[in-house]
Amino acid sequence: MRRGNYGYFLLVLLIFNLFFLSCSSQNKNQVLIWHWMTDRNQAFQKLAKEYEKETGVKVRFEIFFPPNVYAQKVQAAAQAGTLPDIFGILGEKEYLASFVRRNLVVDFSPYFEEKPAWKESFISQALEVSSFSKDNIYRVKAGIYGIPIDFMNIQFLYNKELFKKAGLDPNYPPRNFAEFIAQAKLLHQKLGVEGFICGWGETWLMYSLALDFAFNIMGEKKVLDTFRGKYSYNSPGWVKVFSLFRQMKEAGIIPEGILTMANKEAEEIFANQRAAFSFNGSWCVNVYQKLNPQLNYAPCLIPEVSSAYPRKIWGGAGASFMVNAHSPRKEAAVKFLEWLTQKKQQDFLIRVTNNLPAIKEAPDNLGLVLKEFRKGIDYVTHPNLWPVYEKPKVIEKFTQQLQKVILGEITPAEAAAAVEKVKLRIIKKD
Amino acid sequence: MKTLKRDYFINFSFILPALIIFSLFYIYPFINIFFLSFTGNELSGGTKFVGWENFRQIFTEDKEWWNSVWHAGYITFWALTFQNFLALVLALCVDRAVKTGRIYRVLFFILPILSEIIIGLFWRTLLSPIKGVAAPLNISPVHRLVNMLGLGPFLGTFFSNPLNNPKTALTAVALVHCWKGFGWGFVILLAGLQTIPEELYEAARIDGAGLFQRFFKITLPLLMPVIVLVIILTILGTMQVFALIMALTRGGPAGYTEVPVIRIFNHLTQYKIGYASAEGLVLGLILIIVSFTFMQLSRRVKQT
Amino acid sequence: MDKAKKAFLLTLMHTFLISVAVSCIFPLVWMIMSSFKTYQEFIQIPADINTWRGFLHWFLPHKFNLANYISAWRDGNLGMYFLNSVIYTFLAVSGIVFVSSLAGFAFSRLEFWGRDFIFHLFLAAMMIPIPAGFVPLFVLLTRIHLVNTRLGYILAMINVGLSLSIYLFKTFFDNLPRDLEDAARIDGCSKLRIWWNVAFPLAAPATGVVIIFNALNVWNEFILAVIIFADKSKLPLQAGLMEFAGEHIGNEPLIMAGLTIAALPIIVVYLLMQKHIIKGITAGAMVG
Repeated sequence: MRRGNYGYFLLVLLIFNLFFLSCSSQNKNQVLIWHWMTDRNQAFQKLAKEYEKETGVKVRFEIFFPPNVYAQKVQAAAQAGTLPDIFGILGEKEYLASFVRRNLVVDFSPYFEEKPAWKESFISQALEVSSFSKDNIYRVKAGIYGIPIDFMNIQFLYNKELFKKAGLDPNYPPRNFAEFIAQAKLLHQKLGVEGFICGWGETWLMYSLALDFAFNIMGEKKVLDTFRGKYSYNSPGWVKVFSLFRQMKEAGIIPEGILTMANKEAEEIFANQRAAFSFNGSWCVNVYQKLNPQLNYAPCLIPEVSSAYPRKIWGGAGASFMVNAHSPRKEAAVKFLEWLTQKKQQDFLIRVTNNLPAIKEAPDNLGLVLKEFRKGIDYVTHPNLWPVYEKPKVIEKFTQQLQKVILGEITPAEAAAAVEKVKLRIIKKD
Repeated sequence: MKTLKRDYFINFSFILPALIIFSLFYIYPFINIFFLSFTGNELSGGTKFVGWENFRQIFTEDKEWWNSVWHAGYITFWALTFQNFLALVLALCVDRAVKTGRIYRVLFFILPILSEIIIGLFWRTLLSPIKGVAAPLNISPVHRLVNMLGLGPFLGTFFSNPLNNPKTALTAVALVHCWKGFGWGFVILLAGLQTIPEELYEAARIDGAGLFQRFFKITLPLLMPVIVLVIILTILGTMQVFALIMALTRGGPAGYTEVPVIRIFNHLTQYKIGYASAEGLVLGLILIIVSFTFMQLSRRVKQT
Repeated sequence: MDKAKKAFLLTLMHTFLISVAVSCIFPLVWMIMSSFKTYQEFIQIPADINTWRGFLHWFLPHKFNLANYISAWRDGNLGMYFLNSVIYTFLAVSGIVFVSSLAGFAFSRLEFWGRDFIFHLFLAAMMIPIPAGFVPLFVLLTRIHLVNTRLGYILAMINVGLSLSIYLFKTFFDNLPRDLEDAARIDGCSKLRIWWNVAFPLAAPATGVVIIFNALNVWNEFILAVIIFADKSKLPLQAGLMEFAGEHIGNEPLIMAGLTIAALPIIVVYLLMQKHIIKGITAGAMVG
């Protein structure tokens, strides 16, 4: 073929294709769901088929990954008014609040009034993560805007096998912080494994541990008062929080690379028996199961720093689904979520994805580790449950200063002072 | 050439497809971004106008933003000097070694082709100490290689854990970036070199000019336009570096390798579209000022 | 210069070149080697790793196991995504070549009102990035009913490559002698025919650069695709790869196999185009 003819051929092909490609498929009679959960996509597809068989209603799950791009996709769709029937909102509660303000999501309260048993079936914290009480600080209409499909909490994990090897009793995890440091140090020195590992490159994991410590040291009231601006970050409690991290570093139990580590890297290291302790959420059970089915480990509460206040751990709904308020298939969507959160379906999800169920009723087939994790429910707290929230700017500064403390660049007191400075500036502006 | 009125219309129709796509997909979003940058973080009820607030915050309060700009500037500095120097030296070498030049051309361009994700994963694996194994085994593969070559005493401190040491992290990231990017400069500079006629060198050689004299008297002046192009492309590319750093350090430790686009991306993910738009505009402004100043400067130098 | 000195310099130069070349293909080799390993093999660290033998033992797979490739292709459903990516890359790149060579030709050869201004507008677009532009772009696509369509994505990707491509074509035409075109004009050819029959074929080197540059860009893009498409079946390979990597978090050898599958086509395209690329850049470079 001559070059000219070839080019002409391309051109025709191009134009033809453009027309052909511009048609978009949109099925009017199916409930469309967007999610980001790669670990349970297969399970969702199966459930969708099951549901269609039972009720005749078509449901389609579409997955989009990675989560940060998924978040932008939802945001763009919200802006353009093309949200699917069911979707999840990632991130802080403020984002959910902005969806509520724009009337984009369904309030489930009327449905719950109709079926109190459905509401009662949930673990209360899981539901509260996406509800707003009366006179909330987000200034949105009170209501329940998300249906939790699982429950999670973040705890310490320890490797029982390594405990045995180092001559420690695998049934006695550390009771307090000093003991934790001592054990981790022993394991590190005796076996060459890392004392403690966590994906602190994802800074929120570091922040949640810091807050766990803060609750234990100062109690809930002082922590929340700090957010309100009534209690200073300069106070000894917060300085103590910073210093705990420095202590971990000085004991040599956290590896150099921890500050740039993604959580999946940390999970890999722990799964391959190369770290004695970890700090990770209950979703990890599934990850470890895949990476190393033989891993012998158990969760434990955070080591106690002080006995003055009860220990708290971060937890709540792992994932919640919202329903698009403008969808013509709203009712069908709610019905599907109701079905999804029934015991049978929840049990199926546990079996396939190793997550804790969102419902109270004890499941039949919970593994040993998950059973331990489930005990954490009594200690669970979450920023979404608090009547106040800390400004993202302050959190950013907080985690940055925390990292500098770990690096040994500044003292805990200096870190606290720097955070307080930002906090004061923001208070002044409001 | 004389042009009739009717011809103007026909001529204009040549750029019409480009112009339509450009206006729709670039100008329209750009205008949108411009307006969004004056709105608050609230997505609620349309958008909340906040005036200059975002810009005021960027310019007066957001120290982290300017740190990130500085980091990108630092990486750009390395790219402009080290990366482009390497590219030039390699291009000069290959320009002479005509017989094997083809192979090098192919090999040197493999890195720009590979995605940042692969490169990031590669260097993260090679530069991070292996974790959770007993003492002699736990050093990073590169550190090990350095030791095996007997260079440990000189380079050991840098290579022990460069990506996680706040003192070396940014430099390490910059070096990886240079290493990934030099292929572009190499190809463009080589192309430029090959347009210089061999006769010029021959004549100079007969006049008794040495290697360095020939380089400074013939090669460099004739190559200047190409060098300018490479420099501008380097600045634009490096100031917007993103995926590579995400894969290498995620901006850590303690934000020491954070760059502007990472911040913008994170703010977008946090639904702060107004602020992210303002940051995007500020970055664009910086880039346009820098590259136009540079273009102007190089033009002035050329004239004198 | 005496012969010994020259030979020494030559050896030095070649050592330098070869060592840089080795460092260039090293990640590629590492990726491919890792993709043949099993997970257990990948995480294992031999006790003698501090010796050369142990180092090689650690670096090379014990046997060339294709299981990861089969698993990536089948479980990751990469076949479907692969086809999408081929379609997008092919159409977006042909679109860019068509639109930008037309415009580059006009900016170089034809006169019309506002020519320089519009050209500079395109140049400026090259410099002002709009990383925050995804949301407005999405809203726009929704308004013109192109959201979640292949056409919408392709047009958006055409726009991404437009500025640089027009710039490359324009500077190429600027340096091209006009004799042939003048001859064609005297023969009574229309401008469109001159572009199509004379100028465009002559611009093959510039076309080569534009193709490789944009093919790289479109092939590796996934963020915009994930945002625009609502149907998973329309996503390109890189997006599918992201999801696959997310599903198999931690299983590096498997992910490496996926990455290799994604990288190979673009390397092949480069090898096929590389002769043109140097020529094209040569022509494009001579502007200043």
